[in-house]
Amino acid sequence: MVNNTDKKSFITPDASVKLSIPEIEESASKHLAPFKASAEHQAALGFPDRLIDNWKDVAIEKLGELSGKYRGLRVYLDSCVNCGACTDKCHYFLGTGDPKNMPVARQNLMRKVYRRYYTFAGRTVPWLVGAEDLTEEVLDDWYTYFNQCSQCRRCSVYCPYGIDTAEVSMAAREIMDTIGVGQKYSNEVIGKVHKLGNNLGLPGPALANTLEGLEEDVLEETGVAVKFPLDQKDADILLVTPSADFFAEPHVDGLIGYAKVLHQAGISWTFSSTASEAANFGLFIGSYDNMQQIASRIKDAALELNVKRIVFGECGHAWRVAYNYLNTLAGPFDFLDPKYPMPQHIVEVTYDLIQQGRLHLDASANDDKRVTFHDSCNIARASGMAGIKGGQLSVPRDVLKTVCNHFYDMRSNTIGEATFCCGGGGGLLTDDLLELRVKGALPRMQALQELHDKHNITHMAAMCAICKSQFAKVLPYYGFEMDQIISVHQLVGDALVMQR
Amino acid sequence: MSVVIATLLYLGLGVFVIGCVYWVWRYASIPAPLNMPTMPAPTTRCGVALRILRETVLFESLFKASKWTWIFGWLFHASLLFVVLCHLRFFVDPVWGWVNVISPYSRYAGIVLFFSLAGLLLRRIVIARVRYISVPSDYLMLLMLMCLAGSGLLMRYKYYIDLYTLRNFALGLGSFSFNVLPPSAMLLVHLLMVAVLLLVFPISKLTHAIGVFFSPSRNQRDNTRAKRYVNRWDS
Repeated sequence: MVNNTDKKSFITPDASVKLSIPEIEESASKHLAPFKASAEHQAALGFPDRLIDNWKDVAIEKLGELSGKYRGLRVYLDSCVNCGACTDKCHYFLGTGDPKNMPVARQNLMRKVYRRYYTFAGRTVPWLVGAEDLTEEVLDDWYTYFNQCSQCRRCSVYCPYGIDTAEVSMAAREIMDTIGVGQKYSNEVIGKVHKLGNNLGLPGPALANTLEGLEEDVLEETGVAVKFPLDQKDADILLVTPSADFFAEPHVDGLIGYAKVLHQAGISWTFSSTASEAANFGLFIGSYDNMQQIASRIKDAALELNVKRIVFGECGHAWRVAYNYLNTLAGPFDFLDPKYPMPQHIVEVTYDLIQQGRLHLDASANDDKRVTFHDSCNIARASGMAGIKGGQLSVPRDVLKTVCNHFYDMRSNTIGEATFCCGGGGGLLTDDLLELRVKGALPRMQALQELHDKHNITHMAAMCAICKSQFAKVLPYYGFEMDQIISVHQLVGDALVMQR
Repeated sequence: MSVVIATLLYLGLGVFVIGCVYWVWRYASIPAPLNMPTMPAPTTRCGVALRILRETVLFESLFKASKWTWIFGWLFHASLLFVVLCHLRFFVDPVWGWVNVISPYSRYAGIVLFFSLAGLLLRRIVIARVRYISVPSDYLMLLMLMCLAGSGLLMRYKYYIDLYTLRNFALGLGSFSFNVLPPSAMLLVHLLMVAVLLLVFPISKLTHAIGVFFSPSRNQRDNTRAKRYVNRWDS
């Protein structure tokens, strides 16, 4: 264990030892519940602004409703045999040792209530099958531990029945929102998207200003007038990107990378001021309605701007929603050019351009870097790319190997479908959960440390806004520098030889 | 006695069949609003069938997760299936050729069955993480199956019973004629456990045998860009 030198009151785990399964330590992360949503944030989403009086009845009824609406949830609640295959798979368990962070134990917090009220065995012999009444203590546990799940789906890879804790935690959050217990970070952000079009609450004029500034920066740096168009009608591509890309580090360097690529390829494109956000936190809180409203903005913007294609920037869960859900939630998109998949990811666009030889890339520009790649959970386990099986894993690597001469992968059981979450996904990227985020990053940090010891890795590339923000924050806790996390498209942009 | 046992077995079988049909119908009737296979996922129906076949025959995901659980779990399911198939020699007349071929090996399969269950039980007790998540029914389920396998083995190796009489009883079940059972306490335990297993199947975690086929993370395709996925309750 390494003691932190700064004022934080917790101990950062040691990433220099090999990944091992911790001893269970009851309630080790019980004190890590995120701030609750204020009355105002709740009301903005149409949720009760405080815990309602008959919360127990409403919660139980909602649980029944959801298990009759989502086949996955119902099958997952019924099918678990407590085999324990998932018990050592969650990064939050590996980082905290709290047994309620074992995926099955997390699910069981809901399953025991489901059994009590909705199964024959649970109603007649609750003690035999671990069924329990819904009580205030249980609700507290729900709030704490369903907000300690980043919905990364790693456990579902290893479950013999594919039980996906993400679905269970989404349902739990929806039930809690329904009775007036929301999580501040997610619900506040969703309120901003509905009101201003993006998670950061950046109004249109401010966005225009930011983009102008970026144009000046790139012109100064490269001597080429790369445009960052906003609300430009009849452009070929509507680019929808996480709003962190507009000014957070290292995201913005990725954004510059997208613009350079599209500029070199001579493709006209635009941002939209109303759909200036790829993220869809409706997913995190399990709210189909919110997810659908947020997704619909993108269709409306595409129609209004009369574009031919929709392309998403580097974002994990946004790509999950885009790839798998957008067409269901807001489709059909038959007004777009059928020659291109709907939607496309920016890294697919870059990959295609590389295949066609339309980009002149000089990998030696990145010779000062020794790079590895962090597979973001929602990209690796919940989406696809390029129409090839496992394309979401191979395409970014192919692009990285084209633009970097020194690329190394981390240990195989920590990447690809087995990738570890950054520790900040699923609506947990908030400073009131900092301790959890630091501890949850442990497995990734161990894999990175191990590779670093072998190959002197200088940078870890990622293509998810949450991963980038999370790593920028937690890398220093593990003795790395915050700028060692980098956007895939920063590396592309740096290697790109600007010819016009 | 044979009437009581036969009645229990009919009841068990009835509950088992009706229960299984109910769960298949129930799961099929609940919509799957969104496409959410665990990726990388197959893009075709055929690919999905293969994925589920690998899950149900080889326990592919469990193999990735934990080799010990996989070994015990797979051996348990495989030997149970084998032993059940061998039992067909009591129920079909004349006995099918292949049943005659495999039957002699059931004495070994029974031992594998018993010890794989013991392995699963030991694991549940010894590993703190698994002990933490275990509830009484998890242990009882294993003990029940061990009773079932153990009583069978004892009849095979020590307390022999008259198989001709037993076969007569079993064959009679098909035509509702209650022939006498060979006098054996072991046999009573064995048949009682069969009835209990059939009875609890549809009201317990054993429905995972049905759930596995309806799990969206395993049975959906990676094809949303090629074909719009429509949500039943959103139109």
